[in-house]
Amino acid sequence: MRWLRYLNQWRGTAKEAFEQVSIVAKFLCLIHLTDRYIISSTHVQGPSMLPTLNLTGDVILAEHLSHRFGKIGLGDIVLVRSPTDPTRMVTKRVLGLEGHRLSFSADPLAGDGSVSVVVPKGHVWIQGDNLYASTDSRNFGPVPYNLIEGKALLRVWPPRFFGSLR
Amino acid sequence: MGIQNLLWQVTKKAFTGGIIGLTISDRCCSVVPVRGDSMSPTFNPQRNSYLDDYVLVEKFCLQDYKFARGDVVVFSSPTHYRDRYIKRIVGLPGEWISSSRDVIRVPEGHCWVEGDNKASSLDSRTFGPIPLGLIRGRVTNVVWPPQRVSKIG
Repeated sequence: MRWLRYLNQWRGTAKEAFEQVSIVAKFLCLIHLTDRYIISSTHVQGPSMLPTLNLTGDVILAEHLSHRFGKIGLGDIVLVRSPTDPTRMVTKRVLGLEGHRLSFSADPLAGDGSVSVVVPKGHVWIQGDNLYASTDSRNFGPVPYNLIEGKALLRVWPPRFFGSLR
Repeated sequence: MGIQNLLWQVTKKAFTGGIIGLTISDRCCSVVPVRGDSMSPTFNPQRNSYLDDYVLVEKFCLQDYKFARGDVVVFSSPTHYRDRYIKRIVGLPGEWISSSRDVIRVPEGHCWVEGDNKASSLDSRTFGPIPLGLIRGRVTNVVWPPQRVSKIG
């Protein structure tokens, strides 16, 4: 009956292994849920949000609760899935909600030909702070509200710029 | 004392099940009901809400957003931010679609979706091409009712 003893031993180890794996699985699930639904950190870079965000890259904390309750307001910096490339996220500022009328100059370097537009229902108008080096709603039009994935909370890196974003 | 312990155990198990279920539903696949008849006869061939189809939606396609013409996808509405629709992709980025009056080119990063039941479907013929970023998953199978279990696409 040696094999019966081995079976019992194996059952004990298997139970312990299952416990450990389930602890790791729960931890990974919690990480995924926090990152997707509560708060996450993002590395943002590029010139389109100068002077608010630096050219060489900042790490910001973004929360993912406001947009689910419809609480994105004018002037918020939001993380948006790019309408021209769905694998990329862009960071821009919301300058118009649905129903607002906006006028902007189509090309800020070439004189003052101004265009006026009304933001349709369910859409928002996003624009980078650096008007000269930003592809945003002036190029691809208003974006659907559901493309917004997070709202920037505060900048955590580099340390000398730590703090809320304005 | 025993009741309190039992309650705590049940809560812990429910919490674990909940977070694992939510993670699987986000990353792997989930089951959603199909409402309305805009996709007749593929889904809901009879207009009786007790016999709504339930479909399996896979989320692996959201890693790289590569879709093919003919895929049935679940996407968030571009006009009503709480709604989700299920329609079929009939136009990929760069293709030309002929709508009622003219020919439209589907922009980069967008797709043209239409319901199978063209008579009663709110789709790209109304709200235009939708950004691929709005897509929340691709439908692969019908899982309920049992006599309609089948693979889609």
